[in-house]
Amino acid sequence: MFSKKSLKLLTDPINKNNPITVQVLGVCSALAVTVKLEPAIVMALSVTFVTAMSNFVISLLRNTIPKRIRIIVQLVVVAALVIIVDQFLKAYVFDVSKQLSVFVGLIITNCIVMGRLEAFAMANKPIPSLIDGIGNGLGYGAILVIVAFFRELLGSGTILDIKVVPQALYDAGYMNNGLVILPPMALILVGIIIWVHRSKNKELIEN
Amino acid sequence: MDTNSNKYTFIYSVVLVVVVATLLTIVAISLKPAQQKNIELEKKKNILASLNVESTPENVEGLYEKYISDNYTINTNGEKVENVEAFKIVLKDELKKSPADQHWPVYVAKTDDGSTKYIFALYGKGLWGPIWGYIAFNDDLDTIFGAYFDHKSETPGLGAEIATPKFQAQFVNKKIFNDKSEFVSVDVIKGGAGNNPYAVDAISGGTITSRGLRDMLKTCIGAYTKFIDEHKK
Repeated sequence: MFSKKSLKLLTDPINKNNPITVQVLGVCSALAVTVKLEPAIVMALSVTFVTAMSNFVISLLRNTIPKRIRIIVQLVVVAALVIIVDQFLKAYVFDVSKQLSVFVGLIITNCIVMGRLEAFAMANKPIPSLIDGIGNGLGYGAILVIVAFFRELLGSGTILDIKVVPQALYDAGYMNNGLVILPPMALILVGIIIWVHRSKNKELIEN
Repeated sequence: MDTNSNKYTFIYSVVLVVVVATLLTIVAISLKPAQQKNIELEKKKNILASLNVESTPENVEGLYEKYISDNYTINTNGEKVENVEAFKIVLKDELKKSPADQHWPVYVAKTDDGSTKYIFALYGKGLWGPIWGYIAFNDDLDTIFGAYFDHKSETPGLGAEIATPKFQAQFVNKKIFNDKSEFVSVDVIKGGAGNNPYAVDAISGGTITSRGLRDMLKTCIGAYTKFIDEHKK
């Protein structure tokens, strides 16, 4: 289905060019929405939708956009997409949208979105741009889901709100780690992921 | 075509903005009913929570019909106000008016054992943003039957604890009138509130939120005192 080139566009940002762990973009929301797995997944899907669609639209328009208002045009497109996502979440997954609160709106300022528009969509055809957008969204989402998995497991003893830590363990004196719920722990988890990622991919290590 | 000319840039931005605005309007209008519904359900869910009734988005309508037998609007003199729907009152706006013009909602509930409860609405300020809730009284309008609080953006683990069942359970059976029948509200104090009928324990690390909650109770229940005088048994 995919040519080698477009497969690379899709998988590169998930691994070797990951927006969070390698480019270190979009960390703010990664810290904030990863307390539980469900909002993290919704956030990941929302960002993927926005990066993919904005890449696609901007790539379609790329030859018509006046140079002087380039960034403004990009912002208008991104903002419109984010508002659409926000409205849909409020209408169909109200509880999750309450948890995500301002962070959906803040996708507009997520550096990954603008970064991909400038670096890729402005210079490439619509379909590769779309794939690049999906790849970057998923790369961001993958880290979110990994962090949220550990934070929910260690912080609340649940996965997707289903209890997984057995009651017997609590009876024996085990306690949920409240520290994991707080943002600093997310930062440490992201740090650990970056560490593991780099030790597996030696070419990522700077001299 | 010269995409850098002033004329082109100008026309381009106008067209873009109009297209985007139209698109967003269509989306917003077509999703509005569903969003309105969600907000309504959320409110009903909160009201039920003050009666210690747990509900899900699926069963909240039915439970609300079952328990809430009446609702009406009062003013701060305790008189009923006709033609103002209690459910549509926005306390944030009411609190900006002078006390004489304020409208407050009263929800009347019948519980499983047949007793009557009165539910009052609350709205106040936390540390970072608004806090709100509902408080249910027994028909003596003195003893608290249940309380529900929520917040927009209090600190997780600290101020946000006001939204936990553990904190809210403290309010059950507390009283708002002292021996001399003076309105004292429920205080939020540092430690040792267990046996004090007019106070609950504050949240450590959440002092400002706790104080905001105390002020909210005092102000909002205070607005109902005339109504309470006339209706208590």
